[in-house]
Amino acid sequence: MLKRVLLLLLSLMLITTLLVGCGGGTTEPETPEETPEATQPEAEETAAIKMAMVTDVGGVNDQSFNQSAWEGHQKARNELGVEVNYVESNQDADYLPNLEQLYDAGYDLIWGIGFMMGDVILEAAEQNPDQKYAIIDNAYGDTPSNLVGVLFKAEEASFLVGYIAGKMTETGKVGFVGGMDFPVIHGFHYGFMAGVKHANPDVEVLVQYAGDFNDAAIGKAIAIQMYQSGADIVFHAAGGTGDGVIEAAREQGKYAIGVDRDQNDLAPDNVITSAMKRVDNAIFNIAEELKAGNFPGGGTVVYGLEDGGVGIAPTSDKHVPADILEETRAIEQQIIRGEIFVPDNEADYNANY
Amino acid sequence: MWSSLGFIIGTTLMYSTPLIYTALGGVISENSGVVNIGLEGMMTIGAFVGAAVGFYTGNPWIAFLAAGLASGFLALFHAIAAVSFGADQVVSGIAINFLGPGIALFVSRLFFEGATNTKPIPLENKMPRPLNGLFPQNSFFDMILNQYATVFMAFALVAIVWYLLYKTKLGLRIRAVGEHPRAADTLGVSVYKIRYLCVVLSGVFAGFGGASLSLAVVSNFRPTLISGHGFIALAAMIFGKWKPQGAMWACLLFGVSNGLVVYLGRPGAPFQISQQLLSMIPYVLTLIILTGFVGRASAPAASGTPYEKDER
Repeated sequence: MLKRVLLLLLSLMLITTLLVGCGGGTTEPETPEETPEATQPEAEETAAIKMAMVTDVGGVNDQSFNQSAWEGHQKARNELGVEVNYVESNQDADYLPNLEQLYDAGYDLIWGIGFMMGDVILEAAEQNPDQKYAIIDNAYGDTPSNLVGVLFKAEEASFLVGYIAGKMTETGKVGFVGGMDFPVIHGFHYGFMAGVKHANPDVEVLVQYAGDFNDAAIGKAIAIQMYQSGADIVFHAAGGTGDGVIEAAREQGKYAIGVDRDQNDLAPDNVITSAMKRVDNAIFNIAEELKAGNFPGGGTVVYGLEDGGVGIAPTSDKHVPADILEETRAIEQQIIRGEIFVPDNEADYNANY
Repeated sequence: MWSSLGFIIGTTLMYSTPLIYTALGGVISENSGVVNIGLEGMMTIGAFVGAAVGFYTGNPWIAFLAAGLASGFLALFHAIAAVSFGADQVVSGIAINFLGPGIALFVSRLFFEGATNTKPIPLENKMPRPLNGLFPQNSFFDMILNQYATVFMAFALVAIVWYLLYKTKLGLRIRAVGEHPRAADTLGVSVYKIRYLCVVLSGVFAGFGGASLSLAVVSNFRPTLISGHGFIALAAMIFGKWKPQGAMWACLLFGVSNGLVVYLGRPGAPFQISQQLLSMIPYVLTLIILTGFVGRASAPAASGTPYEKDER
């Protein structure tokens, strides 16, 4: 009996470690892939700037923000002549050694990809005041001058896809599936709702949170329930749980809206658009400023529609009628000019809609 | 009313199926006296191989079998360590849990242009739904019975494992090896052979469990697809007193509580419960039933102890 109890305890412990381990227990060598077409620009005479990134546990080919970050690096290499490199983290404990490895190798700017690295990179920045650092998806109250936090206005992209959903729904009902009920996801949630209401105040938005970012079955169940109660378009901001949402759309023959990257490849007939976070553009922009000698250290940079930091998926024209896309572009301009206010939390939403 | 009930039952079946396969794997391994804590890693391999083979061959049945085989092969390592070398079964299982996702991601990068997610399988190449189209879409019976073939096979497998364990000579031997390997050995039963067979079978079942997620619930593999399912299945097996039918009920309980979470948290529900409280339902329900209704459970006596022939 005692052994059973011990075993159960052990397994519980394992669940926690594996939640981390599953994310990226890979045995990949830490060498950057050499894409043949992306060679060093030949006409680069000035001392090249060196930039490198540490991935979080998803790895560099996670088809999400790590991959997008690396694409930003590659773009900086091709267009700005920046020397780039990356190191993959297989678990949380790798962050610090990886950052130190890059510090020793002497890079001008070191990127941490993902808020999971927030504390570690702050620590590194405080220890090495001469080294420049940047982090995606994190902000600090008091940022050291050699560190910059990069955030995205996810609510702006969500507003646009919400507008599309509000215009395209035939049943007058659309859905939103959130991963977990916390402020980052609220940006998607209330931005989307505001977009829907902006398109058509009579459209009802069904909202449900899954409580998990990795449970595809729960996501599928929630989406099926939404489709059954009359929704015909469901937007998700739920990571792996969202795979289930998109699967439900495929099975039910309804529409879904992807998140973070263009998820149309998951269900080409059903994913009508995606609220994209352009980590690549953000990294490229910072690289440009670094090269120009304007590194925005000591603060937080927020990228939105204006600077191409967020946006809707390029494949949107496959399903979204041209006139609605046209309107969406007009809305985008209005948001950029500040004529439309996009809420990212409940209080702002209730005050405006 | 009916449609709500149909939804909950349908969700229960979808959610429980991967757990049932995997829990059966645990049942058969532990009944032969080998603790298999590596179910999670075996499921991950199964889920990956199922999705990858399904994508490349376009045939879900080949994919499903391949998932079982790959996972059974991984289980073979557990068997070699735990049975032949008498290693600590828990430690070996933990190793499997690291090895499984590691291999899956590594191979995924080889076959999918460096990506850790496999490409989605077209709807028509997924597991078939034998009763699809028989009932009007989203009617009561459609929601309950229009399930993927994997769901029906899971329940068939419960019956098969039950029959194997309790109605056949092999089953008697398996249980004898799990209860008292020395006695079984004295009577001429090969403890090693039986244990090898059972551990490999448990891997095969866990692989089916993983594939039933990546070939039916969704249609692609991503590194986080299996996040804790193997451990829930392990708990369900213990909850179900190491019996196939008990494990099945435990998995169904877990499924129904998740169905309830989704149903009660639906938008427009008459009373709004906070999502944090809802998320507790599966665990609270499990605790209540475990303490109140299940009663004392005892594992196979020799479970967890390696058997050595010359021991006195």
